[in-house]
Amino acid sequence: MTAEPDVARELAEILSHYSGAKSELIPILQDVQEKLGYLPEEVMQRVAKFLRLTDNTVYGVSTFYAQFSFTPTGRNKVTVCRGTACHVRGGARILAEIERRLGIKEGETTDDLEYTLETTACFGSCALAPVVVINKNVYGRVTTAKLAEILTMAE
Amino acid sequence: MSFDEIRSRAVSEWEALEGSDKTRIFIGAATCGRAAGAMALFDVIQKKLAEHNVEAIVGQVGCIGLCYIEPLISIAKPGRPHIYYSDVTPELAAQLIEDYVINDNPRPDLALGSTGEGEIEGIPRLFDLPMLKPQVRIALRNCGIIDPENINNYIARDGYSGLVKALGMKPEDVGEEVKKSGLGGRGGAGFPTGLKWEFCRKSPGNIKYVICNADEGDPGAFMDRSLLEGDPHAVLEGILIGAYSIGAGEGYIYIRAEYPLAIERLKLAISQMEEYGLLGNNILGSDFSFKLSIKQGAGAFVCGEETALMASIEGQRGMPRPRPPFPAQSGLWGKPTNINNVETWSSVSAILQRGADWYSGYGTEASKGTKTFALAGKIVRTGLIEVPLGITLEEIIFGIGGGIPDGKRFKAVQTGGPSGGCLPESLLNLPVDYKTLAQAGSIMGSGGMVVMDEETCMVDVARYFLTFTQDESCGKCVPCRLGTKQMLDILNDITQGKGKPEDIDLLQGLSKQINAGSLCGLGQTAPNPVLTTLRYFGDEYEAHIKEKRCPALACTDLITFYILPDKCQGCGICLRKCPSEAILGDKRLVHIVDQDKCSKCGTCLDVCPAKFGAVVKVSGEEIAVPSEPIPITPAKKGTEDSPESSVSDET
Repeated sequence: MTAEPDVARELAEILSHYSGAKSELIPILQDVQEKLGYLPEEVMQRVAKFLRLTDNTVYGVSTFYAQFSFTPTGRNKVTVCRGTACHVRGGARILAEIERRLGIKEGETTDDLEYTLETTACFGSCALAPVVVINKNVYGRVTTAKLAEILTMAE
Repeated sequence: MSFDEIRSRAVSEWEALEGSDKTRIFIGAATCGRAAGAMALFDVIQKKLAEHNVEAIVGQVGCIGLCYIEPLISIAKPGRPHIYYSDVTPELAAQLIEDYVINDNPRPDLALGSTGEGEIEGIPRLFDLPMLKPQVRIALRNCGIIDPENINNYIARDGYSGLVKALGMKPEDVGEEVKKSGLGGRGGAGFPTGLKWEFCRKSPGNIKYVICNADEGDPGAFMDRSLLEGDPHAVLEGILIGAYSIGAGEGYIYIRAEYPLAIERLKLAISQMEEYGLLGNNILGSDFSFKLSIKQGAGAFVCGEETALMASIEGQRGMPRPRPPFPAQSGLWGKPTNINNVETWSSVSAILQRGADWYSGYGTEASKGTKTFALAGKIVRTGLIEVPLGITLEEIIFGIGGGIPDGKRFKAVQTGGPSGGCLPESLLNLPVDYKTLAQAGSIMGSGGMVVMDEETCMVDVARYFLTFTQDESCGKCVPCRLGTKQMLDILNDITQGKGKPEDIDLLQGLSKQINAGSLCGLGQTAPNPVLTTLRYFGDEYEAHIKEKRCPALACTDLITFYILPDKCQGCGICLRKCPSEAILGDKRLVHIVDQDKCSKCGTCLDVCPAKFGAVVKVSGEEIAVPSEPIPITPAKKGTEDSPESSVSDET
């Protein structure tokens, strides 16, 4: 877990790149998400203050977009594509098998904070369907048999 | 430095590269190439070259669209054509360096095709291959040919000459030229681009914006990603031309965060433009000044809709609002705004470079020019293509795409993503243009084209798309938010064998209401996948509802796996591989699927040796199997050697 002063320092560093215009809300939240892996409540409040927005507005915007998470995410992010091409080439089976292996459902994080499992609408790598992305590495033509190997590579 | 100087330098750089006395090796390194292993090739090739003390130029290019045989590399020896090789593994790359670069054997047996001057015996011309020959590459003109990270490559191939030409014309004449070309919005709606610009130009006000919509959200679509990764300047030049014609001083590229490589290349391209005076104040010495920024989407499909996209740039929840006022009157921060999609902007730069008449020479009377499509799904040659409008679906799917793999039968092609529809075999001769696709109940859309075969269940496909639109509905309009939920519930029921005969009418009624009662395209078109599957594949709905049967054997709740007692040889492979421990049996005993434990994953069917063929998947029928493992019926003598014949003969 990140200690509180670190969070404050990280946030100050992020905010130093911004002028305080209201349209900067989403980019700031994206930076926080990238740095901390999620949006802690007190950080969202401080961002609201910085942009002179209500806490409500910041909460409303951050819950609208799928990119933001409100609980800590795992060290490894596993994202399964559920695009059309992946779907017709067996993507659902891949997702089910990963859920079984990691013991978590889509949108959840393992208790040891090792893995977070997510799905995305489409990576645009449809020619390689079905696709799984682990920590920005794209794995194409995935089969249930290949999963064991792919998941160990992430560790 | 004047633009003429920049250009002549770029041209000499390009000519020096093409006429180099060194071997040039290019690796296709867009996202799809990288996913297929392209990045590992750089090291292997460099190492092999160093081993032999050979100096060569090793570079990267974008995607030429042959995604099914990635990674691709090309090798050009001095004074010889570029030879392309496909499915290049690190071992193959090393072999090719050894054979061709060192020992001068171009390996025609491994080569895919050649481009550039000269021919090599036994190697076809790349652009004569069936996947490439019918294509007309305008928006994608440089993809896979130039280094997308080198602005000089783009300039050497007429890049920014369209902007230079535009800056010498009156802004309204630039718009007229685009109007004359017949170009329509390539994001899907096909609205005439020149006319859209005119509305915005004529809107009162000094502050105007242009936006490039790169929020490519349709599942099954990757045209914009590939284009931005392979030739970002073609898009950026188009944006500048549009901004000049409209009178906009500022612009945004709204791109999804799921495209990190495209974002990286756009950032680099923008810094190169600034360096050359192609952005900022008084561009190329003219009165035209322009500022361009990148905004990353945060994961909301609805933000592909114009008004939602602008709300998102402003830092709000990305929800659409009623039109009018149209963005051309009141858009970003209330100012007149023009939004076009990535492919449209790339076509604009081509039109200014080569003229409206040249562009309108392609396509049909009603739909001019070309359109890119992302071919995916159950098709032999997946990839990114660009074809003249008016080409038939059959020419695309069976000509360019090579038809359906594994000898399976074509069932449907899905165009237009979640807003589009599924078209059946009887419509394969349909010429692809905006009007014909709409009449058939689908839409052109942004270019996703997913092919489905006999193993795809059309009710499941409709359910799949509704899951998507239901999830992505922003919630503003009740018919969309709740209507799609009801439709999804009904479709879930049908695929689980709980459908009722009246469900069909209910689906049709809801479709009408959702279409009429939603503000934006997401809701208005959400029922399309259901309506087209009902229209063309009604018998599949009937089978699910009346017979509780999935004809495609895809809906897990309606299928059962059995092990045929007369074929099982008790080998135990399925028992060991079953992830649910749902198979009972032992050596020389017939195995049995415990239906209560079976998760219908299909692993047993995949792993049962073909010579036994003992596992079957059925829907709507029961097969008699023993209640507990019994001794096997031994295969006839000699079957070990010729297993295929005998096993099936016995039944």
